Amino acid sequence: MTGRYHAPFAEHGSHTIDADIANRLLRIALQKGGDYADLFFEYSVSGGYVYDEQILKSATRAVSMGLGVRVMKGDATGYAYCEDFSFDAMKQAAETAAQIAAGGRPIAPVDVSMRDMPSRYPVSAESLDVEGEAKKTILERADRAARASDARVVRVDASFAESVREVLIANSLGHMAHDRQPLIRFGIRVIAEDGGNRQSGSSGGGGRMGLEYFDDQTPEWHAEQAVQQALVMLDAREAPAGEMDVVLAPGDSGILLHEAVGHGLEADFNRKKTSNYSGRVGQEVASALCTVVDDASLQGSRGSINVDDEGQLPTRSVLIEDGVLKGYMQDRHSADFFGISSDGHGRRQSFRSHPMPRMTNTMLLGGQDAPEDVIRSVSRGVYAKKFGGGQVDISNGDFVFSLTEGYLIENGKVTAPLKGVNLIGNGPEAMRNVVNLGHDFQVSDGIWTCGKEGQSVPVGVGCPTIKIASMTVGGTQVAGG
Amino acid sequence: MSKAEEEARALIDLGRSVVDRAIEGGADVAEAGAHSGSHLSVKVRMGEPELVEEAGSRALGLRVMIGQRVATTHTSDLSDAGQRTLIEDALELARLSESDEFAGPPDPSELSSSSQWADLETFDEAISQISADEALARALRGERAAFDSDPRITNSEGASFTRARGVSVLVTSGGFAGSDYGTYASIVVNPVADDEDGKKRSGYHWSASRHYADLEDSRGVGEEAARRTIAQLGARKLPTQELPVIFDKDAARSILGLFAGCVLGGAIWRKSSYLVDRVGTRVASDLVNIVDDPLLPRAPGSRAFDGEGLLSRRNVVVESGMLKTYLMDTYSARKLDLKSTASASRSPSGGVSPSSSNLILRASSQSRDELIADTKHGLYVTGMMGFGFNAVTGDFSRGASGFLIQDGELSHPVSEVTISLNLDQLLQRIDAVADDLDQRTAIASPTFRVSSMTLAGS
Repeated sequence: MTGRYHAPFAEHGSHTIDADIANRLLRIALQKGGDYADLFFEYSVSGGYVYDEQILKSATRAVSMGLGVRVMKGDATGYAYCEDFSFDAMKQAAETAAQIAAGGRPIAPVDVSMRDMPSRYPVSAESLDVEGEAKKTILERADRAARASDARVVRVDASFAESVREVLIANSLGHMAHDRQPLIRFGIRVIAEDGGNRQSGSSGGGGRMGLEYFDDQTPEWHAEQAVQQALVMLDAREAPAGEMDVVLAPGDSGILLHEAVGHGLEADFNRKKTSNYSGRVGQEVASALCTVVDDASLQGSRGSINVDDEGQLPTRSVLIEDGVLKGYMQDRHSADFFGISSDGHGRRQSFRSHPMPRMTNTMLLGGQDAPEDVIRSVSRGVYAKKFGGGQVDISNGDFVFSLTEGYLIENGKVTAPLKGVNLIGNGPEAMRNVVNLGHDFQVSDGIWTCGKEGQSVPVGVGCPTIKIASMTVGGTQVAGG
Repeated sequence: MSKAEEEARALIDLGRSVVDRAIEGGADVAEAGAHSGSHLSVKVRMGEPELVEEAGSRALGLRVMIGQRVATTHTSDLSDAGQRTLIEDALELARLSESDEFAGPPDPSELSSSSQWADLETFDEAISQISADEALARALRGERAAFDSDPRITNSEGASFTRARGVSVLVTSGGFAGSDYGTYASIVVNPVADDEDGKKRSGYHWSASRHYADLEDSRGVGEEAARRTIAQLGARKLPTQELPVIFDKDAARSILGLFAGCVLGGAIWRKSSYLVDRVGTRVASDLVNIVDDPLLPRAPGSRAFDGEGLLSRRNVVVESGMLKTYLMDTYSARKLDLKSTASASRSPSGGVSPSSSNLILRASSQSRDELIADTKHGLYVTGMMGFGFNAVTGDFSRGASGFLIQDGELSHPVSEVTISLNLDQLLQRIDAVADDLDQRTAIASPTFRVSSMTLAGS
């Protein structure tokens, strides 16, 4: 074992959890008659560096560790956690969680054995183990490049976040799995001023990799992206308001898909019949051009995982194929309900939270069209280049996205930059209105975090150039034309 | 409250020991925050328990300075080894950081002490006594009330009840030691109805309080949740147009929240706010008065002292539309060459930054219904979606849902539209403020009307 931070529950740790201890705790968890139990041991260390006003202004590090115990009885879940790995503390957590199942005959758990795991995190050295000076240099380089690139840049701040999350999962079905999940994320934000006009621009990326990330996406490249965005926005004009064609740039725009379609395909909403996709497997739910997958297996992507937080091994799930709904993203609870096996989408923010169906890397696959032809086909519309964030109402599919960089399309050409653009629509409707897909599929550089019921998890998105016929653009200019 | 006091004393001892060891290790300044808490959350759905979650937790946060080099660390591992890592990491990271001429703790003469602290009634022992069975019963009653009140409620996202209790302390090498106690109970009911076009409509209502006796009855919460859900049935778009917009108090609070982010000292010195250089100028119509009041008894954002140990005080932020002050901690005040407004907040991870406490837009005397009756044609907004706000420029554009107002009355429900207007103009166009302020949330506003905004729809 190399490196500085290691889980106390791992092999050679101060409180090693072996199959024997796991079996004992699972037995306690099921002693009141629960029909399933799992143990989720987690040790996570995260670090952050903020470079601001040309100095490394602050550095942070945090350690979080504990055990979450879940017991299920039918549709009911008992959950408890503890923050140290003494047997007494763990036993108490198991007993608390067990209370959900009052009555019923105890079912003996299947003795656990360790699962073989894929390897999806191509990391040469974990970032946390690399000396701090190396990260300081990366931030310095970004800062210097941004300042040097244009006199109108008045502020720069750059940040770097790194973490490693070590988990050990054992469940009463006999599965035991261990994983160590590294993650980095870089970001730069600049503010440019011209006269009284002030605008910001940003760029960022990362994934489940080490500092070699910066070999391809250099700090200078990100600085340039952020500066260009701020400068472009200095010239931005008020956005039009009303319905028009919208073309989405490849990569980052996948976040629209994540919100507009992805959430509605999480199995819990469909088990409860509260999603607008409930009961629609086998039906056409999107234009025949659309194939949507959720793929946990991409090497090094922010949303990739070797194992989900219930001990299931996820791969690539086809959600929509040629416009037809194929299935939902399952966790164990929902999969049980549907009478199938989980496809490994049970994720949780930490040991303090119970798992639920979550996305990993959600992608709309590429099509046949040349991206420039797609733009050329629009007489008046909006080109969405960078997204700030979005939200969806699962029950009816209504969504809203805001753009941080968007342009007007006039007579087949991308023209003026626009400020304050929102896209609003309905998920299924927008998917039916997909009329072109480019052959330029891209995975977004890793920046996205998905929130659901108060739990955040890192996710990836991807898509090609997409044309959606007629979406509502929420600007301020009520135009005649 | 002897048990909580005992807990606080133990946390202060722990904090002091960490501070002492950090100073011994070479820190010039050390500040430790320690927290212990417990909570119970239950959720029911379709009349059956779905989740019972119960746990306690403890955590330690540390900020150190070596000279004016700053680092923060945080851990949930309170073992000896965990504490050692916390301190060693902080010292190592501070040596990596670079000197910031504005960094430093507040002057010791500014620190408050226990004799000055008001009892803000933020702690109610009765809340810690709520059992899982009682919590489940409360949640079940709320969900049932929603189903019983209207047959068009056909499904449910469930009902949840949560109770939480926490003790936090702050110990600094500058000589401050203080503790803060809080309890909290909440209930939320989330029913679902089927709309004509195959869409589903989901709505919710909630109540929360620091004292158990102040919590709204479950039945009332469930009935209101049902009413809100049913009211959305048949929602449709409106044509793109300019029109007056009334924000109900939930939507108005969300607008005030955007303003809150822009008035913080950190956003100002970073030039990440449209309110840079605006103190003393008009930022809202003269009907608008905004105060930040950490001293309100039983309010969610109340605190007797701030995250750096300064005595809390009421700050008038906007008076008759004029911006009077930013909200600042010691650092941002120094950056702006001003004095701290005692608005420091210390995050669980150990970092310090300014924050609002209870930020309130003052109520007026008109009722909400009078505001509607006084509007010939407009939009009444009850919900907003998305993140369409640029703090640097104030540009605002978000998805909205609510009701069309026709001839002074609420007409059909509206969804899938956006409303847009720069926040600076939006606040200056407030031409009526209602009287329906409540204290459920730390940022709170009554219903208000904006004379004209752009609506984008079909």
